Amino acid sequence: MSIPLRLTVNGEPRDLILEDPRVTLLDALRERLHLTGSKKGCDRGQCGACTVLVDGRRINACLALAVSLDGAEITTIEGLAARDGGLHPVQAAFIAHDGFQCGFCTPGQIMSAVGLIREGQAGDDPERIREGMSGNLCRCGAYAGILEAVRDASSDMQREEAA
Amino acid sequence: MAEIAQDMTTRRVRHGSSIGQPLTRSEGPLKVTGQARFAADNLPPGTLHAALCVATIARGRVTHLDVAAAEAHPGVVAVMTPDNAPKLAQHPDEKTNPFCFRLDLLQDSAVRYANQPVAVVIARTLEAATEGARLLAPAYETEAPRIGLDAADPFTPPAIGVGQPPEEHHGDVEAGLSAAQSRIAATYETAAQYHNAMEPHAAVASWEGDRLTLHMPSQGMAIAQGRLAGLFGIRPQDIHIESPFLGGGFGSKGLIGGPQVLACMAARLVGRPVKLVATRPQMYGPMGHRAPTRQTLRLGTDADGRLTALDHHVLTASSTFDDFFEPSGGVSHTLYASPAISVRHEAVRLDTGTPLFMRAPGEASGSVALESAVDEMAIACGVDPLEFRLRNYAEVEPISGKPFSSKALRDCYAQGAERFGWAGRSKEPRQTRDADGLLVGWGMGTATFPALMFEAQARAEIRADGTGTVEIGAQDMGQGAWTALAQIAADGLGLDLDRLTFRMGSSDLPNAGIAGGSGHTATAGGAIHAAGQAVIGKLADLATNDPASPLYGAGNAGVIARDGRLIRRDDAERSERFEDILARAGHGAVEATGKASADPAAKQTYAMHAHGAVFAEVKVDPDLGQVRVTRLVGAFAAGRVINPRLVTSQYYGGMIWGVSFALHEHAAMDPRTGRFLNDNLGEYHVPVNADTPAMEAILVHEEDAHVNALGIKGVGEIGITGTAGAIANAVWHATGIRVREIPITLDRLLG
Repeated sequence: MSIPLRLTVNGEPRDLILEDPRVTLLDALRERLHLTGSKKGCDRGQCGACTVLVDGRRINACLALAVSLDGAEITTIEGLAARDGGLHPVQAAFIAHDGFQCGFCTPGQIMSAVGLIREGQAGDDPERIREGMSGNLCRCGAYAGILEAVRDASSDMQREEAA
Repeated sequence: MAEIAQDMTTRRVRHGSSIGQPLTRSEGPLKVTGQARFAADNLPPGTLHAALCVATIARGRVTHLDVAAAEAHPGVVAVMTPDNAPKLAQHPDEKTNPFCFRLDLLQDSAVRYANQPVAVVIARTLEAATEGARLLAPAYETEAPRIGLDAADPFTPPAIGVGQPPEEHHGDVEAGLSAAQSRIAATYETAAQYHNAMEPHAAVASWEGDRLTLHMPSQGMAIAQGRLAGLFGIRPQDIHIESPFLGGGFGSKGLIGGPQVLACMAARLVGRPVKLVATRPQMYGPMGHRAPTRQTLRLGTDADGRLTALDHHVLTASSTFDDFFEPSGGVSHTLYASPAISVRHEAVRLDTGTPLFMRAPGEASGSVALESAVDEMAIACGVDPLEFRLRNYAEVEPISGKPFSSKALRDCYAQGAERFGWAGRSKEPRQTRDADGLLVGWGMGTATFPALMFEAQARAEIRADGTGTVEIGAQDMGQGAWTALAQIAADGLGLDLDRLTFRMGSSDLPNAGIAGGSGHTATAGGAIHAAGQAVIGKLADLATNDPASPLYGAGNAGVIARDGRLIRRDDAERSERFEDILARAGHGAVEATGKASADPAAKQTYAMHAHGAVFAEVKVDPDLGQVRVTRLVGAFAAGRVINPRLVTSQYYGGMIWGVSFALHEHAAMDPRTGRFLNDNLGEYHVPVNADTPAMEAILVHEEDAHVNALGIKGVGEIGITGTAGAIANAVWHATGIRVREIPITLDRLLG
C-alpha cells in the first residue's frame, strides 16, 4: 500500500508517500519529516505535548491520522519564529517568564498558547487562560510562568494587530 | 558534544558576578523553538524502531508468544524473546553496588509485575513494531498477585532509602506518652505514585563492535555506563551516552531503566541502530515509583503544648525481588524537638515493579503524615498550629543532638505567615465561607530536606585569547543546570558569561555524579568552582613569578580573578589581562581539573538541612466535596541562591507537586489481577494549569559556612514537603473533617 499525501508544513509544500495508513500526523512529522519539535508524551491526546496548528486550529497531532489531512496547512513549533530567527512573541514570553523547566511540553504549550490567543480566547482573565491551557500538561509545574507568558504575549499580539 | 552558546540577545546579563543574577535559561531559545534535541528526537541513518510487549499479568510466567504472527507482519525485522535475546555478561538480578537495581531483560519467562517487558519487536517503522508487539498475544501461567499493604506479612527491612537504618530511637517514647497531658494517635495512608515525567523513557542505541552510543535521558550518566558495562561485559569508557536534555526525571531517570537496556540488546541483535520509546502505560512498572505507605503517629504534649514524645511508624512496600524502602520516617528525626523520638519502618513485598527514588523520597510521604499529626496535636492542645511549631522548634537536630550548620526556619515562618496573613486565621474549623458559599480553610506545614553532596569532577581552561571553557558531565532535567552551573563556572574563572564556553550533558565529560537528592548544583557546582580556582591558581603562579607582570611578587597578598583579569587583592590598580599573562609565558592555555564531595568533618559536626514554611488556602464545595487550592505561600531557606529566577521555579514546581500529592495522585491497581486501573495521563491525575493556585515563593536569606564551598543547600525537592500537609490541614480547617487517606478526594469528604 502506498498513499501519496501533500501537506503544507510551516509554509513549505511537503510530499509524502506513506506505506501505512496508521501513521499519525505526529509520527509523520517526527519520523518522516524529521520535525522533532512536536513531542510525544502519551500518544493518546491526554498530555498536549504534540499540539500543532492544522489550518489555524490547535489539535493533538497524535490523534490525527496523517492520511486524513491531505492538503492541510500545518504549523509546528519549528515554523513559529521569523525566518531571520526572531522569536515569536509567545516564544519570547515563555523565556522571559520562565514558562518551562525541562522544555519537553514547551512546544505544545506554545502552539496551544498561539492557538488560544488567535481564537480570541485568552483575554486578560487568568482563569480563562488557565482553563484554556489545561489541555497541556507540565509535570515540572511551570504553570505560573506559562500563565504570565500567555497574558503578556496576548497583549503584545493584540497591540501588534491593532498597530 | 553538547554545548550552548550564551545567547546574549535574549538574556539579561550584568557584568561582574554571575552568581545571584536572575538570568533566563541559557537553553531557552532552543527549547522554545523545538531545537532542543531530546533522546527520542535522534534518528541515526538506518535506525529501526522497537516496541515493547509487556505482561498483562502481575505474577506467573509466559507460556507462549505468537512469534510467527509478529514476524509475518510486514515491516517486522526481528522479535526478541528470552529464546534469542543476547546473553548478558552479568545476570541482571546480580547486585554489585547500592545503586544497582534488578532489571527484567528477557533472561527468562518469569513475570514479576504488570507491564513487565516480555518481548521486543523490531521493525522498519514504529507502526509495524507496535502492531507486531500486539500480535505476540502472550499466554500465561498465572498466580494470584499480592497487591496492597495488607496482602503480605510485614518485616523489618535491613535498611531503608540508601543504607539508612530502619529504626532510630532517642529517649523513652512510651514514658513520654504516659507523662503527656494531651495525646493523639492517628494513621495516615499515602497512595502509590508514578513519576510521569513528560518525556517517556527513550533510548536510541547503536553499536560499532563493542562500542555503544546511546542517546538516553539520564540523571546519572556515569552510573548508567557502569551498569551497561557490567551487563554487556565491555569497558565503561566504550559507552558514550548523550543526555543534553531530560524531559523531566524526578528520580525516574537516576538509574537506567530495563527498557533502555533492552534497546541496546535489540540493537546488538539486529546489528543496526534501534530506537525504543516506552509508551505512557509502559512507564507504570519497570521505571520505579513512590511506594504506598501507612504511617501511624503518636504524639504527646505537656501542659504548655511542648512535645513529650513523637512516635512514627511506617509500613511501606517493595517488590518481591528487590529492595527499595521509602524512608518516610526521616522527617521525624529532624524537624521538631522532643525528649523522646522513635521512628520505625516495616515493609511488605508485593507483585509490583520495584519502587524507587521519586522527588523527595521519604520526605514527601513522611511530611504529609507528620505535618497532619502535628496539626492534630496543636488542635488537641488548643494552640495555633504556627505557635505550636514555634514552641517545638528544634534548636539542634533532635535525633542526633548535632547543631544545624544553619537554620533560618524562624524567618521562614515569620515571612510566610506575614505574607499569607496567617494572624487572621479563625481558631475553629468550618467558620469561613466565600461569596459563593464555598468553605474556606487555612493550613500550614513545615518543609525540610537534607542538604546532600555526592561526588563530581570538572575541567576548566583559559585560552590565549582570554576566553574560557568549563566541561562537566552534568545533567539538566529542567532544574536549570545549563544556566546555574555556567554562572558558577563564569565566576570561578572570573569571566563574563559571554567569554565562557560551557559543556555538559555527555558521558565523555568529567563525571558529575547524579542529578538527584537536590545535590547537583552543590556537587557539580563545587567541582566547577574547584576547577576554576585551580586554573586561576596556575595563572596566578605565572603572573606573580614573572618580573614583567604588574602582579610580580603579589604571592602573599594574593590575587583575585574578575572581568578576565587577575587583580591584586590589596591593590585593585594592579592587574593584568589573562591573555597578556599567557602570551608572555608562552602558554597556549592553562587547564586544570577540580572535584567536590561531602566534607566528612562537617557531616560529623553538623546537621545540614534546608527548611521552609508553607501556608495554604483551600476552598471546598460543601455539597460536592470538591477541593481547590486557591493560594499557596512558601518561604524557604536553602543557603546560597545561584539564580533566583530558576530557584523560584523549582519552589513553584515542588509546591505544585505538593498540591498533586495532597489532592490528585493515586495509582489504582486491581487487587485481583495486579493490573493498573489508571496507567495513563487521563486517569492518573496530575495538576493542570487550572488546578494551580496563585503562588508565591519567598527566598529567605540564609548563609551557611559549613555545608559546602559555595554554601548551597539545594532546592529541587523541598517544595513538595510541607505543602501537601499544609493543604490537608487547610481542608480540615475548611470543613472540620480530617481526611487521613491521601490524596484527599471528594468521596472522602462526602462519606
